[in-house]
Amino acid sequence: MRRRPIFLISVLCFGFAFFYIPILSMIVYSFNGSRLATVWGGFSTKWYVSLFSNRQVGAALLLSLKIALISATMATILGTMAGIALARFRRFKGRLFFSGMVTAPLIMPDVITGISSLMLFILMAEWIGWPATRGFTTITLAHITFSMVYVTTIVQSRLISAERDIEEAAMDLGSKPWQVLWDITLPVIFPAILSGWLLAFTISLDEVVITSFTTGPGNTTLPLLIWSKVKLGVTPDINALATIIVLVVGIGVVIAGWLMNRAEKQRDRDARLAYRANE
Amino acid sequence: MQDPFVRIEGVSKLFGAFQAVRDVNLTVGKGEIFALLGGSGCGKTTLLRMLAGFEEPSAGRIFLDGQDMTGVPPWERPVHMMFQSYALFPHMSVEKNVAYGLKHERMTKAEREERVRAMLDLVQLTQFAHRKPHQISGGQRQRVALARALARQPKLLLLDEPLAALDKKLREQTQFELMSIQERTGVTFIVVTHDQEEAMTLADRIAVMDKGQVRQSGTPTDIYEYPNSRFVAGFIGSITSFDGRVTAVEGEVSRVDVPGLGTEIVARSVAGAASGQAVTVALRPEKVTLTRDRLEGPNAIAGEIKDIAYFGKDSLYRVTLPSGQLIAVHGVNAKRAEAGRPDWHDKVWLSFDPAAAILLTE
Ligand SMILES: Nc1ncnc2c1ncn2[C@@H]1O[C@H](COP(=O)(O)OP(=O)(O)OP(=O)(O)O)[C@@H](O)[C@H]1O
Ligand SMILES: [Mg+2]
Repeated sequence: MRRRPIFLISVLCFGFAFFYIPILSMIVYSFNGSRLATVWGGFSTKWYVSLFSNRQVGAALLLSLKIALISATMATILGTMAGIALARFRRFKGRLFFSGMVTAPLIMPDVITGISSLMLFILMAEWIGWPATRGFTTITLAHITFSMVYVTTIVQSRLISAERDIEEAAMDLGSKPWQVLWDITLPVIFPAILSGWLLAFTISLDEVVITSFTTGPGNTTLPLLIWSKVKLGVTPDINALATIIVLVVGIGVVIAGWLMNRAEKQRDRDARLAYRANE
Repeated sequence: MQDPFVRIEGVSKLFGAFQAVRDVNLTVGKGEIFALLGGSGCGKTTLLRMLAGFEEPSAGRIFLDGQDMTGVPPWERPVHMMFQSYALFPHMSVEKNVAYGLKHERMTKAEREERVRAMLDLVQLTQFAHRKPHQISGGQRQRVALARALARQPKLLLLDEPLAALDKKLREQTQFELMSIQERTGVTFIVVTHDQEEAMTLADRIAVMDKGQVRQSGTPTDIYEYPNSRFVAGFIGSITSFDGRVTAVEGEVSRVDVPGLGTEIVARSVAGAASGQAVTVALRPEKVTLTRDRLEGPNAIAGEIKDIAYFGKDSLYRVTLPSGQLIAVHGVNAKRAEAGRPDWHDKVWLSFDPAAAILLTE
């Protein structure tokens, strides 16, 4: 029995090492003074300097953020509506078909989604003359399409587990269904909507395959830029860029976790207080 | 007599092939506390949900204050419901919860605040006005739910097991609180419960439900003293029942032969009792007198004490009859113990008035 923890711990360590050593080595090599990725040339921050003076990187980052913000917001609005429709209006025609259709894109290969989006845009340009060129608009539309699915899934599962009672109570107190949606349902599921938005945002931010199908000349997002640079060999400034991304994401995760943890502890304290006050 | 305030006419509810409520006919008067009593799954909540408008009856109609409620959505009914789970809005403070229904009323801000304050006063929660539902205890939540349902001054308040989540002491206290609130507001209450004592304490009238049907409705006294079936007699209070056959009907009373008892039972007749009919005679423990010597009167059965449960002010005896059946008998301990109360294994006589024996044909 005493041997088992050792076994488990070593498996755990191996797993973590497998996951984090590449990231760690990338961070270390971003401070490499040498131009060659495999030769250590002393500590230096010159790649960060060159990165910040690179206009191409700045433009790509801006484009990526713009696309991610808009597509995540649109996907959240549409996805939430679809999720509510699927979870609440139980008896509409073709509900089962519709909910199957919603989850299918989750397992669809990106290449297929990319190609079909591209085909649609080309056909549309031919038939109605829009979109005339591919770029920001087409990428954003494609991103809305696939990230909406994630929001719908999250919202739907949150609603299924939510108490139906409180919506009925609001209706009972005189609110019509749309008022109930606005006053009760949306505020109660807001955390789920927020996490749906965050997920849509991050997925959009590092999407490569679908973006490369739907982009046009002169519209390079950050992941596309990294991708095209890496094809010419890994340069230390890519390491520096990736390190910054890891850092930003890491800080975001830590803050989100801390906030959630704090809210939970606050709830616990409140509940204990309430029971003590009642005695 | 004034028109009934709530009239339920031949209401049934089917869920697929399952009949949750079956041809229910009930009337509730204005200002009454009416209890729906029955075991788990007998359709109490379903009936309440039809009154509130969350479910449409599969058949039958519901009238409220003379108005047909068919097709009227929940938000337009002058009916509020207190949910079994309380269903408080988790993201709103106690005060906001109570005020929620008032936003549909034509009233000024000051009037609204005044109403909320009055409601919180009524349920004694003023000091918790700014807390969220998860920051108060179960009993307090229950009172918030009550205040919220009363705030719009409904004509009819539906309460689904309002006290089920409370412990015994708090439950008894809250029962009286509910009654006094009902008296002060004059709102008609329909209370669902599976606790017969609660129904007897709270209600002016009770309907006993079983498998979707109303088996009997009436005042607590009616239901307790004059149950119309074995089910109702057994559901409310405790009884000992004897199966037998009517041998003769003589004016006011029927004679019932019970095999193995050694004597026949004389019970007050009911409509429909005829000679030769199979019937059940039900006896309540407190209606039987237990003595050492045989008392004069029509009903006297010999027996032997098997068990005594001593409660102080009274005792419950379990007596073995000649037929081997056990009967529960209640005795008040009016005298001190040394005065010679019946003891274990004593031979005793049990006697009761014909009017105290309940004759059941159903
Ligand atoms: N939406 C529904 N679909 C199918 N069956 C249902 C539905 N709602 C209730 N039932 C069934 O109808 C019956 C009556 O349910 P109801 O909730 O009215 O019982 P109840 O008397 O309130 O019981 P309890 O005391 O346990 O609350 C149950 O057998 C239940 O399974
Ligand atoms: Mg119920």
